[in-house]
Amino acid sequence: MERPLKMASNHLHFYYGDFEALHDISLEFSENQVTALIGPSGCGKSTYLRCMNRMNDLIAYSRVEGEILLDGEDIYAPSVDVVTLRSRVGMVFQKPNPFPKSIFENIAYGLKVNGVKDKSKIASRVEKSLIRAALWGEVKDRLHDSALGLSGGQQQRLCIARALAVEPEVLLMDEPCSALDPIATQKIEELIHQLKITYTIIIVTHNMQQAARVSDITAFFYIGKLIEVNDTDTLFTRPQLKQTEDYITGRFG
Amino acid sequence: MANTRQIKDRGMNVFFFCIATASITILFMISVFLFMEGLPIFKVVSVKDFIFGSYWYPTSDPPDFGIFPLIIGSVVVTILSASVSIPLGVMSAVYLAEIARVKIREIVKPIVELLAALPSVVIGFFGMVIVAPFLQNVLDIPTGLNIFNASLMLAFMSVPTICSISEDAIYSVPTNLKEASLALGATHLETIVRVVLPASISGISTAIILGMSRAIGETMVVLMVAGGAAMVPASIFDPARPMPASIAAEMAEAPFRGDHYYALFATGIVLFVFIFIFNIIAEHIAHKYRQVGEASL
Repeated sequence: MERPLKMASNHLHFYYGDFEALHDISLEFSENQVTALIGPSGCGKSTYLRCMNRMNDLIAYSRVEGEILLDGEDIYAPSVDVVTLRSRVGMVFQKPNPFPKSIFENIAYGLKVNGVKDKSKIASRVEKSLIRAALWGEVKDRLHDSALGLSGGQQQRLCIARALAVEPEVLLMDEPCSALDPIATQKIEELIHQLKITYTIIIVTHNMQQAARVSDITAFFYIGKLIEVNDTDTLFTRPQLKQTEDYITGRFG
Repeated sequence: MANTRQIKDRGMNVFFFCIATASITILFMISVFLFMEGLPIFKVVSVKDFIFGSYWYPTSDPPDFGIFPLIIGSVVVTILSASVSIPLGVMSAVYLAEIARVKIREIVKPIVELLAALPSVVIGFFGMVIVAPFLQNVLDIPTGLNIFNASLMLAFMSVPTICSISEDAIYSVPTNLKEASLALGATHLETIVRVVLPASISGISTAIILGMSRAIGETMVVLMVAGGAAMVPASIFDPARPMPASIAAEMAEAPFRGDHYYALFATGIVLFVFIFIFNIIAEHIAHKYRQVGEASL
């Protein structure tokens, strides 16, 4: 089944100073699909992910060439408001990073900075987001306690709920489970299955089983290059290139 | 062999114990001395009259030992200088930590820290010969040596301290918190105001307290610039006589172990209590808002 295109990068290059971290990456992401980016450490997959919501803008002396399209529009065009872009393309980070505020405030934050003032609307969105992140049952009686009192897995689901609250269209996940135990990981993976009904998801992962479990498409990166991209099933069972095969069978990386 | 090492080790423990004890004991003895020399004044004047009495004429006959004008002088000068130095210091810190380019920060930060080393007598001298005549001419007031001038000089004395320590606090806010905020579609300003500043409030309050402690106990500047009138000021352009200035100015002329002498030490006690309370509040704020830092697993 062909799904409409949500995001795409065309001949994307990324430089940290003189160092070219990404070489000519062209990749497409369809709506309501999960794309996994895999590859050994330092292969550029996180850098690539952070280009998708222009998080790399924060890095001094970095430079982007090529284009990234969101609904056909280049997100690096001068007319693009990066704040609007980031509210459309949400992000979940590798390490759970809740604000040192209450659980409620953590989720309300994104709404408030995006101009939602109505208190009852905020409250209902907070509840809705927590329910979707499968965290509501665990925290509903302590919404006003500090988010830092939650376990690592709960904190990460809180971060997902926080990203969902602003109702993005695309959700970027940068190794969301790397700091979590297996049970918390399983919960997040189940969550990803639920979320792809509504969102386009791009997930960076070190864990190949995870990529195989959660994604529809898998892209293999190696030293800043996109080596191979295919249906997840095909890529893991019949990789086209020797390099991919070596990586997924654990011969290197 | 092992035995010699153990003896050496124990000797070292004793040595450091002695050094630490000596420094703390000496400071403690000074406090005891302060109270011993200050408390006798309360045989002559009640605590209430001493603190709330509006007349400070220690050399009249009969003398008046009311330090209320001195307390007000100290409080007003401190508050006014804080209302200048806190915004300036903290906002400069925000600029350096969050907005300035790395190169600018690397150059400016050490310069700010060097400015903290400006001797207070230099600042006082500047206030006396430059700022005072200027104020006098521009505002057409009887004297430029007044609360406003002193507050300004004290403020600029504490700005480097406040700025430098706040900057450390702001700079050490974890990047991943800032990224979390930006990734949710917050602007840079929203991120600074709603995430970075709250996360560094503990360090910033320490900075403010250190800066203000320097201002409230500062003697030279207020002695030179505040004007020295021991009266309750009616406006910020009136001269005042903060407690440290009074002590420094009169100590030499007060007869040893006379009432005036005791009264000056008692003023010292009041100042001590003030700064003490100040530090407790600071400690409390710093503790209350201390954040557990980034997410711990």
